[in-house]
Amino acid sequence: MPVSVRRARPGSRSWSPEVAAAVRQGLSVAVATGLYGVSFGALSVVAGLDVPQTMALSLLMFSGGSQFALIGVVAAGGSPVAAVATASLLGVRNTLYGAVVSPLLQVRGWRRALAAHLTIDESTAVGVAQRDPAAVRAGFWTTGVGVFVLWNAFVLLGALAGDRLGDPRAWGLDAAAAAAFLALVWPRLASRRARLVAALAVVVSAALVPVVPAGLPVLAAAAVAVVVGLVSRPAVPEEATR
Amino acid sequence: MTAGVLWATVLLASVACFALKLAGHLVPEHWLADERVQRTSALVTVALLASLVVVQTVGDGRAVVLDARVPALAVAAVALALRAPFVVVVVLAAGAAAGLRALGWG
Repeated sequence: MPVSVRRARPGSRSWSPEVAAAVRQGLSVAVATGLYGVSFGALSVVAGLDVPQTMALSLLMFSGGSQFALIGVVAAGGSPVAAVATASLLGVRNTLYGAVVSPLLQVRGWRRALAAHLTIDESTAVGVAQRDPAAVRAGFWTTGVGVFVLWNAFVLLGALAGDRLGDPRAWGLDAAAAAAFLALVWPRLASRRARLVAALAVVVSAALVPVVPAGLPVLAAAAVAVVVGLVSRPAVPEEATR
Repeated sequence: MTAGVLWATVLLASVACFALKLAGHLVPEHWLADERVQRTSALVTVALLASLVVVQTVGDGRAVVLDARVPALAVAAVALALRAPFVVVVVLAAGAAAGLRALGWG
């Protein structure tokens, strides 16, 4: 029973309850995620990108964490190499998501390229949370397309507004960027190992900010995580014994 | 960065991010199934984001500066602990920093 999400109409009787639930979930995630595109758009123009650059970044990169990271490094005066490296490293998790969703989606050719572009935290999460294969596909595509449309629309809105704001500090936009990163890392701190790595990252980057060029403290923190990830023992359930 | 360098940065990083996504869809599934690879990738994400929090909160070029961003981040943390949605967290933090600066601090 292959379900084509793009062709099926909302409320169509051909949808199973599982597919309908996946579509509803995808749409609500898309609205919630799309909304905070406003903050990205505003912060991006404040960081020094113009509106076309902001939109190119948002449409072509389409990965919130990497987008925020790139403008963060640019705003801090980091080098282009540091900006590209930080955004790319944050994009590595999408490789793992792609490996998980690809066998579930079963698409080839240009649809596979499109699926790859839409492979982000949200589409993967909604997709793999479904139980039946048609619902997995419906969840992934609804979320991916929905976030893509709304996220970019709200980024444009934020970028146009950000252009007219004047001094970003008076509006607290520098603090908003910090809060955005905190909100992105917050749900990833469930395990003890993740909290340990976060603490190490905080110490390492705070220590390095005064002594190395902008952008490098973040990359040094990533290096620490690689070391911890490779040398630490496999996770035992709940990591309760560590 | 000049406009040209900025464009190159945006486009290069976007191509890299797309290539990473596409690679996941193209490699055989078992290649990335290794527990160590998955764990390390998750930890790198945590480290990068945690580090970006620090740099964005206390960084000012090459100096460490404590200003209105610090209490604003605390407000954001409280909001997150109370399970506030992303956009609310961001707006509260901006409002806290803007308010403190309007009062003449930080």
